[in-house]
Amino acid sequence: MKITREEVLRVAQLAHLELSAEEVEMYRGQLDEILAYIGKLEQLDVSKVEPMTQVLPRTTAGPSSVNTQMDGTLRDDVVGPCLIADAVLAQAPDAAKPFFRVPKVIDR
Amino acid sequence: MTAAPKWTTSTIREGLTTKRISARELTEDFYERIGIDNPKLNAYLALSPERAYAQADRIDAAISKGGPLPPLAGVPVALKDVLSTTGIRTTCGSKILENYTPPYDATAVSRLDAAGAILLGKTNCDEFAMGSSNENSAYGPVRNPVDLERVPGGSSGGSAAAVAAGLAVASLGTDTGGSIRQPGAFCGIPALMPTYGRVSRYGLIAFASSLDRIGPFTTNIADAAAVLAVIAGHDPADSTSAPAAVPDYGVGLSKPLSGLRIGIPAEYFGKGLDSEVKAKVESGIGLLEKLGCRPVHIRMAHTEYAIATYYIVATAEASSNLARYDGVRYGLRVSGGTLMDMYRKTRERGFGPEVKRRIMLGTYALSAGYYDAYYLRAQKVRALIARDFSQAFEQVDAIVTPTTPTPAFRLGEKTADPLQMYLADIYTVTGSLAGIPGISVPCGDTQAGLPVGMQIFGPHFGEARVLQIAQAFEAAGGFNI
Repeated sequence: MKITREEVLRVAQLAHLELSAEEVEMYRGQLDEILAYIGKLEQLDVSKVEPMTQVLPRTTAGPSSVNTQMDGTLRDDVVGPCLIADAVLAQAPDAAKPFFRVPKVIDR
Repeated sequence: MTAAPKWTTSTIREGLTTKRISARELTEDFYERIGIDNPKLNAYLALSPERAYAQADRIDAAISKGGPLPPLAGVPVALKDVLSTTGIRTTCGSKILENYTPPYDATAVSRLDAAGAILLGKTNCDEFAMGSSNENSAYGPVRNPVDLERVPGGSSGGSAAAVAAGLAVASLGTDTGGSIRQPGAFCGIPALMPTYGRVSRYGLIAFASSLDRIGPFTTNIADAAAVLAVIAGHDPADSTSAPAAVPDYGVGLSKPLSGLRIGIPAEYFGKGLDSEVKAKVESGIGLLEKLGCRPVHIRMAHTEYAIATYYIVATAEASSNLARYDGVRYGLRVSGGTLMDMYRKTRERGFGPEVKRRIMLGTYALSAGYYDAYYLRAQKVRALIARDFSQAFEQVDAIVTPTTPTPAFRLGEKTADPLQMYLADIYTVTGSLAGIPGISVPCGDTQAGLPVGMQIFGPHFGEARVLQIAQAFEAAGGFNI
């Protein structure tokens, strides 16, 4: 399988990366090599295998007391303290409290 | 390197309670040595003396009052720079977070803090924990204290080098595909990856959420058990942290190994394994036999598919997790043009080549038309790899393998070929995918004096057993075999 330049550009667009011409060429070659290696997964018949979507089988997550998240039980929906807005906005490249400011998105 | 005094959690406790040294003096001592040795190693990216001395003074005050001391009182520790620390710059080894200072502590950090540990500073790592040599840091590579021309391993290279060089008594690293165990092996110190969910990931800046774990580097097994006991346990702030009770890891540490069955998987001793590494690990297994373990030769049929599976699963999760770096809320912003232009310029400027490579690979694997062929298939093979382990643990109590196929390689040796670098993780990614705990323990040196690591895997939540085997191995001189 060969990755084309167009595919690299499509993926870069999906990933919001503005690649230079050299990067496009470099990643084309490298992705090609890595995906060729990953192609070895096709040797396995996985038609009867369930995908692993949870890391721990529920039985090993430990003695399940009431309300353990491992059982899929949700925690109680209670309001907790959340008073860090100032600290969070202090990290923003451009803040206008209580908002983050970004370039204009919609023109009227 | 300056000759580092061999402080451990227990000698520090003894030194403090007998007033042979104060926590402040100890802290000064460590900062002095960091000042001398760190320019050569580049292990620390930031130091946090204000926080460290404030904690040291609290410990000294508690000692003069004669009150009880918390479990890690006065123990100088270093933290990988992917762990959030209130008021201390946290970069993830990336330019995109060059000026980021978290407003909160990661749970593992606040637990160390509450246990009396002294947080010396933040350690260098591969950018966003992506790498096997620490050469992907935006702040320059870390050098291996055993041989400055060699890599310390990655991605937690700074945390491993700091402890190996005596610039911290313990440190925290993170392991996604081998990033604790492999640098532990390369630098010649014990390095523990706990079970997935054993330690809260709250405040750990995410790379691959179904794989990321936090664990300690120490110079001895008792210290690894002591640090794990502090950081382990359920946390309401991380819904994937496990509710399972935390055992007293110190209690069973010195139990004899007699009768334990250790699995030796043929797949980990085949082609590609350095002959000196192989010989050392075989001697290590021989020592475990003398200590009463019974070796059982096993097969783990899907081992050869682990790297391919890992580099789909981990990069897919990374492409999603790293979508948040867009110049809006924190970190770097490169302005100019539309909102979309800002996103793209910020990410292009802020991320290094390996991070972009993994975002590209992960995005590709998740994109329309390729999802079934790559991501879904990888999730299925991951299930087969996990099944290899669960079946093996029906016959054995632990599995013993080399940690890495070779000892530490030279700086620059593998940077031109990403796939070769990925293959350095061949023996560690399997346990990562299966969610099980694993430790790398030192297992002698090669002729050239480079450390060899032996890996011990246990079943889910089997940290106590893994530590018990590692402790017996250490006590019998296995580290210098």
